[in-house]
Amino acid sequence: MSALTALAQLRAIRDGIAQPITTVRHCHLAPHPMVFIPLRLAGEAAAPMGAMVGTDPGHPRLLVVPQPRNRDLRFAFTAELAEVVLPYIEGFGKTTETIEKKGGEPYERCLDAPQILVPNPQAVTFVGLLGRSTRFRRVDGPYPVHPSVPLLGRWLTYFADRSQHPGSSLLLTATEALGAHWATGQSGLEDANLAALLGWIDPPEGMTGPGAAEEAEDPLLWPPAGPATDPGFDNEVLGPAVRAYEEAPTERAVERVAQALRTQLEPTWRLMWRSVELLRALPEGARVKDRWDVDRGSFTRFLERVTEGGPPQARRDGAVGAAARLAGLERARASYDVQRAYDDPLVMAEYRLTGEAFAGTVTAADPEHTEGEGRSRKLRPLITVRTEDQVRLTPGATVGSPDRRGHAAEIVEVVDGEVTLKITKGMGRGRTPSPGSVPEPGERVTYTSLTDDFQSSAALPDPELTPWTHGGPPQEYVPSDEDAQEEWS
Amino acid sequence: MNGRLDELRGPVPSHPHDARAIAALAANPGCARRALLDAAGVDKDRTARHVGFPAPFGQSQFAITRGNVFEALVKENGCAELLRLLRELLGLPVSEVGYQDVENVGAHLRHSHTRALIDRAARESEETAVFYDHPLFSLEIAGHTSYLEPDVVAFQLGGRFHIVEIKSFGVIDGQAEPQKVAGAARQAAVYVLALRTLLAELGHDPERVSHDVVLVCPENFANRPTATLVDVRKQLAVLRRQLARMTRVDRLLEGIPEGLTFDLAPDRDGVPTRSAQELAEALCQVPARYAPDCLSTCDMCMFCRDEARGNGSTDLLGRQVRDELGGVSGMAEALGLAEGTLEPAEGQEEVARLLRTANLLREECLR
Ligand code: SF4
Repeated sequence: MSALTALAQLRAIRDGIAQPITTVRHCHLAPHPMVFIPLRLAGEAAAPMGAMVGTDPGHPRLLVVPQPRNRDLRFAFTAELAEVVLPYIEGFGKTTETIEKKGGEPYERCLDAPQILVPNPQAVTFVGLLGRSTRFRRVDGPYPVHPSVPLLGRWLTYFADRSQHPGSSLLLTATEALGAHWATGQSGLEDANLAALLGWIDPPEGMTGPGAAEEAEDPLLWPPAGPATDPGFDNEVLGPAVRAYEEAPTERAVERVAQALRTQLEPTWRLMWRSVELLRALPEGARVKDRWDVDRGSFTRFLERVTEGGPPQARRDGAVGAAARLAGLERARASYDVQRAYDDPLVMAEYRLTGEAFAGTVTAADPEHTEGEGRSRKLRPLITVRTEDQVRLTPGATVGSPDRRGHAAEIVEVVDGEVTLKITKGMGRGRTPSPGSVPEPGERVTYTSLTDDFQSSAALPDPELTPWTHGGPPQEYVPSDEDAQEEWS
Repeated sequence: MNGRLDELRGPVPSHPHDARAIAALAANPGCARRALLDAAGVDKDRTARHVGFPAPFGQSQFAITRGNVFEALVKENGCAELLRLLRELLGLPVSEVGYQDVENVGAHLRHSHTRALIDRAARESEETAVFYDHPLFSLEIAGHTSYLEPDVVAFQLGGRFHIVEIKSFGVIDGQAEPQKVAGAARQAAVYVLALRTLLAELGHDPERVSHDVVLVCPENFANRPTATLVDVRKQLAVLRRQLARMTRVDRLLEGIPEGLTFDLAPDRDGVPTRSAQELAEALCQVPARYAPDCLSTCDMCMFCRDEARGNGSTDLLGRQVRDELGGVSGMAEALGLAEGTLEPAEGQEEVARLLRTANLLREECLR
């Protein structure tokens, strides 16, 4: 939240329609994402009631659990879900590229990766719990399941974990993705309703944003996007249908439950694909591809782990794992924030407002200016920028610029809206700066103290390299019989 | 004063506070409208329905069933399962436990019965452990006594008490949904405070009620219960502060017009005869303080949101937005300052400059 976004919200109210808060799209959008809308039985943590899933807007697959308290039916649902999801995921493992790593072994990376879209963060929690409740199941022993069940469980766990990684696009929620690009005239709490949020962004012909949002709050017109179902629907429609199935588990009884769930899922299915269209219409930010490359790398490593027969993810992270994970998330968060600002002048404007960035016009340049004598003589071009922004950077501060990759400068002086900068990086190796590397008078430039060096900063050691001072490498997690036979009600 | 409150409610029995109302007490203490409705024991849900703004708080039969099944399981055989959990959790050498269900006496006697039982337990410091199921507590809220019917069990051993709260949300690998735990802790704090107040009234040391409440939830994906101690000291402090701050009801009553009532004027079958319009007007006589949080805590939320929309207040968008706008409360005012169509009032120059800059930046980037 920033003053710019707050202002956009006020405009949304005045104009009766959501306002853009970015000029580009900051998430990756796959050519063929998989949309997954799960529904959960009310009152239960991870009992699936049904789902709609697929990659073709015209052909959703409806999955139903006619009696969600029945363990076998629940696992049958998961097996059926695996039939849809696993081939989609595994399809991306077929084509890879070889990446040369500086000072390291070259490695393989999948050319593309799967992308799953769910309606909201609660759906992500559900994906995680469904993963948790299935990844330890075994194909033999007391409660055998189909082999695809634990495999799907591991993938769902992976996707849910990965979605916590700022900037990752492997598993996206529609409400968050839309909310990152538009400001509506309602509160965050109300934006959590996908239909209401879309009502503001893209109201139907002849309707205003607030009008559409108000209509979207009526669960009879717009069923909730899950995983929680509308209590009224539970009590009046679903409850009786499930009871009818209990009394006589016939095809017709299953069809009745399926029909009921379809009415709840279809509207959301359409909203999901509408969200995809709206997001796709935005031009992609320059660094989105870099982040997707990281996603592809992560996906490839997990795929290898699964193929090599590694164990399912532990119930809980070990100490080192947890610390590494937290540090990784923090780095990713900082990096993501910077990248967005570099890709998008409207995001950068937030930093201009706080004085951490400024934009202006170059009024003078001394591209061949040097510092030092003899062997230590260095090329340090000087430029002066005239700006109307309130600059809160002090001499000596290092700044970067979204206009030139690899470019860095140091603030020399700030006087009355004139900033003098000394360029320190990105001029090439010659005696004179390489062409285009020093801004010329008249050019519009932006500089900021935000820099994205987080990526290269030293990470924690790999868990297997944990020094003995920190307890040594953690023991590999081996799932126990207890995990596999965990009670289910 | 009670006569005035009765008049506000009309000739129907006072509406008891359910779990949501109790948890919500601390949510928006600055709202005079709710303070008054609660103090008078007005049925807010019915009121909201009657003015055409029903609250979106339905409960699914599946969730209710699940909750009941789990609670019954924990309380089976005189709370045998609960005893096992408490023995492990509190390290108690108890082998036997008494069980008193306060609900066995008539509704009108429950409060005095609860008092008598608790008094005896505190006085005799009985060595046998006792569970008190369905106790009826009272708490002074906004200068008026409100009765609480918590879904909890009080546990006593040697004159020391614990509040036990049974919830049916799952604890998975040692973790539960943080929001749900926070909600349970807020509620439990109300019960701790109520029980402490009761002990103090009876002349006992209120500190005999532990600030560690016992939260009982199903573990992982099974129905087997697990118990955790939750320290509610922080919630207690917030609750105390907010109850103290809650404008005293007598002062609220002073400000409202003579003869004002929220009476639905039900006919013999309980159907309201009063016009919705008239009731809405009566409600608007008492100032509200809408915030988006109301949408999950108060039965009146849809009505108050509609009213706030009409007022063009930035409260509609939440506290954070208002903070970003430098505390400016009117939407038109904030926009006017940002777009330069409104001259800043004295002391507003700083805010106005920020908003103007923000607006120029937006325009520059979206050109
Ligand atoms: S919904 Fe209305 S009455 Fe309830 S707390 Fe909010 S403002 Fe007060």
